[in-house]
Amino acid sequence: MALNFTLVTPEKQLRSEQVHMVVVPGTEGDFGVLEGHAPLMAVIRSGELQVFSGPATVVARIHVEGGFAEVNEQGLTVLAEAAREVA
Amino acid sequence: MASLKALKDRRNSVRSTQKITKAMKMVAAAKLRRAQAAAEAGRPYAEKLAQVMASLASKVQVGPGASPLIAGTGSDKRHLLVVATSERGLAGAFNTNIVRAARKAADQLIAEGKDVRFYLIGKKGRAVISRLYPGKIVHQVDQSHIKNVGFIDALEVSRDLIARYEAGEYDVAHLFFARFRSALVQEPTQLQLIPVPLAPAVETQASGTSAVVEYEPDEETILAELLPRNIAIQLFRAMLENAASEQGSRMTAMDNATRNAGDLINRLSIQYNRSRQAAITTELIEIIAGAEAL
Repeated sequence: MALNFTLVTPEKQLRSEQVHMVVVPGTEGDFGVLEGHAPLMAVIRSGELQVFSGPATVVARIHVEGGFAEVNEQGLTVLAEAAREVA
Repeated sequence: MASLKALKDRRNSVRSTQKITKAMKMVAAAKLRRAQAAAEAGRPYAEKLAQVMASLASKVQVGPGASPLIAGTGSDKRHLLVVATSERGLAGAFNTNIVRAARKAADQLIAEGKDVRFYLIGKKGRAVISRLYPGKIVHQVDQSHIKNVGFIDALEVSRDLIARYEAGEYDVAHLFFARFRSALVQEPTQLQLIPVPLAPAVETQASGTSAVVEYEPDEETILAELLPRNIAIQLFRAMLENAASEQGSRMTAMDNATRNAGDLINRLSIQYNRSRQAAITTELIEIIAGAEAL
């Protein structure tokens, strides 16, 4: 429960919080990011991003439109062109 | 000497003008706050993107195979000046300053024997530019229907610009807009849009402690993916800054106008009172003179 997850769009910063895991829709397939993930830079496709607060609890589904994700020591940053929460 | 009635009418007319400028100032102040907030909100994305671009640029060799968006077309003969102005006037020297900066750059480029074209965002620069450089305006983006600039608007413009670049319409694109410093200070700024100028990579990140970053897909693909996005974001930021600058400039201009109107009202009031007094005095003298004559 210690992955720093930041989601920003050009218009505003949508989320900045501690989560367990985030599943990101990469262009070459979805991938999950947990705490301590190796540094990664990936282009994402339009799709659904899932935020997990525990091993099996999804707290949010966010539809993102194009952009990219960066994982470094500070955590995961997703830069999306547009994003909107899916109920 | 103007008649009493004329003075009074004049004063009333200035007073109603003052009311209008005052209202415009208030509106500009409210809009400025909103525009500033929007500009602030966009900062994290832009900063992050710039960071990523810099770290990628240090890893990718700009070779002959690189995207023309970085490498250029191999010539710098035809320049496109993207001039972002406002849709409405009465904003002080806001539009004049931007157009002046663009003209300076255009004249310099023309003196160097380059071909210069204009791409206008907003309509306020059109009159001057079409008079000075007839037939050089390739396109004008109409933003009069847009209330608050969204990223989508910037994206549209950037797509159009990139399409024109790929169609070989120009070699270099410069962007002109007013950078927002404060409500009082707006700086006309020139920025090279295409080809993307790559900032010298920050060495600390590249060499040393940071672990090897995995790329998915490879660096070149990511960079190619990022470049158009970077252009869009530069445009978006410029539009936001421009919107804030416009409101700031309008607020200052309208504040001055309100103050000038106040001064004018004072002067007219004094003049009105004096003439009124003079009229009464003359009348009294006439009555007294008449009474004495009897």
